[in-house]
Amino acid sequence: MRVHFKTGYDHDIRLFPDAREALRYAALLAVAIALPVLLDDFLLGEATNVLIWAIAGMGLMLLTGHAGQPSLGHAAFLAAGCYANAILMDRFGLPFLASFALAGILTGLIGVLIAIPALRLHGIYLAIATLALSILTEDIVVLAEPWTGGVAGMTAPPISIAGVEVDRLASPDLFYWLCLAVAVLVTLGYRNILRAPLGRAFVSIRDSEISAQAMGVDPARTKAAAFGLSCMTTGWAGALMGHFFFTFNHEVFTVVISIQLLLMIVIGGLGSIHGAYYGAAVVGIVPQAINLARDAVAGALGGGAVAIPGLETGIFGLILIVFILFEPLGIHGRLVKWRLYFELFPFYRRDMFRRQRSYLKTERLR
Amino acid sequence: MENLQLAVSGLANGCIYGLIALGFVLIYKATEQVNFAQGDLMMLGAFIALALGNDSHIGAPFWVACAGAVLAMAALGWSLERVVLRPILGQPQIAAMILTIALGFVLRFVAGAIWGHDPLALETPIAGANFSLGGLILGADEIAAIVVTLLLTGLLFAFFSRTRLGVAMQASSQNQLAAYYMGIPVKRVHGLTWALAGATAAVAGILFASKGSIDPGTGFLGIKAFAAAVIGGFGSLPGALAGGLIVGLIEPFASRYISAGYAQIAPYAVMILVLVVRPHGIFAQVSAKKV
Repeated sequence: MRVHFKTGYDHDIRLFPDAREALRYAALLAVAIALPVLLDDFLLGEATNVLIWAIAGMGLMLLTGHAGQPSLGHAAFLAAGCYANAILMDRFGLPFLASFALAGILTGLIGVLIAIPALRLHGIYLAIATLALSILTEDIVVLAEPWTGGVAGMTAPPISIAGVEVDRLASPDLFYWLCLAVAVLVTLGYRNILRAPLGRAFVSIRDSEISAQAMGVDPARTKAAAFGLSCMTTGWAGALMGHFFFTFNHEVFTVVISIQLLLMIVIGGLGSIHGAYYGAAVVGIVPQAINLARDAVAGALGGGAVAIPGLETGIFGLILIVFILFEPLGIHGRLVKWRLYFELFPFYRRDMFRRQRSYLKTERLR
Repeated sequence: MENLQLAVSGLANGCIYGLIALGFVLIYKATEQVNFAQGDLMMLGAFIALALGNDSHIGAPFWVACAGAVLAMAALGWSLERVVLRPILGQPQIAAMILTIALGFVLRFVAGAIWGHDPLALETPIAGANFSLGGLILGADEIAAIVVTLLLTGLLFAFFSRTRLGVAMQASSQNQLAAYYMGIPVKRVHGLTWALAGATAAVAGILFASKGSIDPGTGFLGIKAFAAAVIGGFGSLPGALAGGLIVGLIEPFASRYISAGYAQIAPYAVMILVLVVRPHGIFAQVSAKKV
């Protein structure tokens, strides 16, 4: 077992606790950069998909996992980022980098605007209000037809960065690297926010709003900041998603996407940046695994491929139920437990991660 | 006259939203959890009634099929609580929320696998019967929806405020630990609440299916019922019905006088308005949280 001997206050908030950790992440980054050489175009497309989901997941993780505000409406912000980016490029002729940055900032501003009434809501009420927002998005996109193309949809304009064409189909490796760069920047930014007072304020709001207030944290401003940052990140993911799908209309960003995002970060592990990536990997892998299994079963039975509607979400729901019942800390929590088991061997005890149960008292008082 | 006709059909729809909302409120009132799968329970209840009653399936008499569906859904509600929700008792509220969302996905998949994804109609003795009242045409299905809903809301309200079990349910939500110390079997109370919510969902499902057709996607109606529950105030039974009626009335009038596109939005717009103005609904029961 490694013991970190701290000799300064800065050691508590270092980006990496020691050189070994830094090396591991450097190696991971190297593999991620080399991925286009290692994978064929199809798998690279899947990897890109996972990266985009991970960015969106980090957006929601910041809000739900760290600031403790559940949102069932993040597909709305994906849509906002996607359409803002496409409209800025199409109508205003902005270059990709400018429109991309602006799309995120605009979505963040929308998030803050929505946060202002939402600040008065707690827990389930917030979840339901954001759920309604997500349902409204579909109709708003149709009603705003002059801008969004309504039911017919829009086509993402081609990306050109410093004269180099980045296209999802013609140059999948360039598009992958673009997504990787965004993912790395977002991850670094996220990590840095968590090291700063703002990040600690998020966590304090999550754990107890009243205690946070007593410690001098302004809940309203902190929640608004969490909404803004979360929506900005999600908006960027949405902008990338638009280029990934190439064409999109009102049916792309539905409530199901919102719910899937939330399920994704829960499976990955609430309250950890890793969790967003693990969850995104599950979301990327499960449909492919189902396809493979279905083909195998169909082959064994001698029948053709059968499409079973709802199978994907059904299995996804089952996975989630299993996780909440048996591993509420998600994939990240499970991995941390395994790692600790080997580091402490033979002193690991089953109840080391046991949480105090808190029995409910109602918030409805007479 | 046209407005009155719109109002009647709106009221009948609103009663069904109200019934689903009642299911949310029941569970919320007794366990402080939110059941996001209530709409899917309704869908399943309708399908069970259909499988028991329709001639193409088992072909039992209509009332037997109804009773069977209500009992089956009560049993399902009870076992869902026993198997899935009881292990997470004592964990944060969001865990139960996500769990029931996942349950909804699974139920939808199961219904789709058994009964397929094409819309099916429930055969009822009251189908197609109409009464005409001075130019106003009342469908028997609409009257049934309104009458049954009013009865059920009244019964549940009396149950919660008058009976020992109802008061125990309220107590177990207000403070689980204290209720347990006072000798209330909190776990069994939770199981009974879910059984009750399942039975309510079955009734809502039968009424909904007798007004039209059902398919596994019908469960998404639950989201509209959410709006109803929030408008009414999440912890109040009459509030749930009132919210359901408001949503039911807004829809036909918005689509008649504004446009069909806005009719979809209107219930949620009203809900957001209510959340902004009175965050805990019209029939709010909340005062500031004490430490």
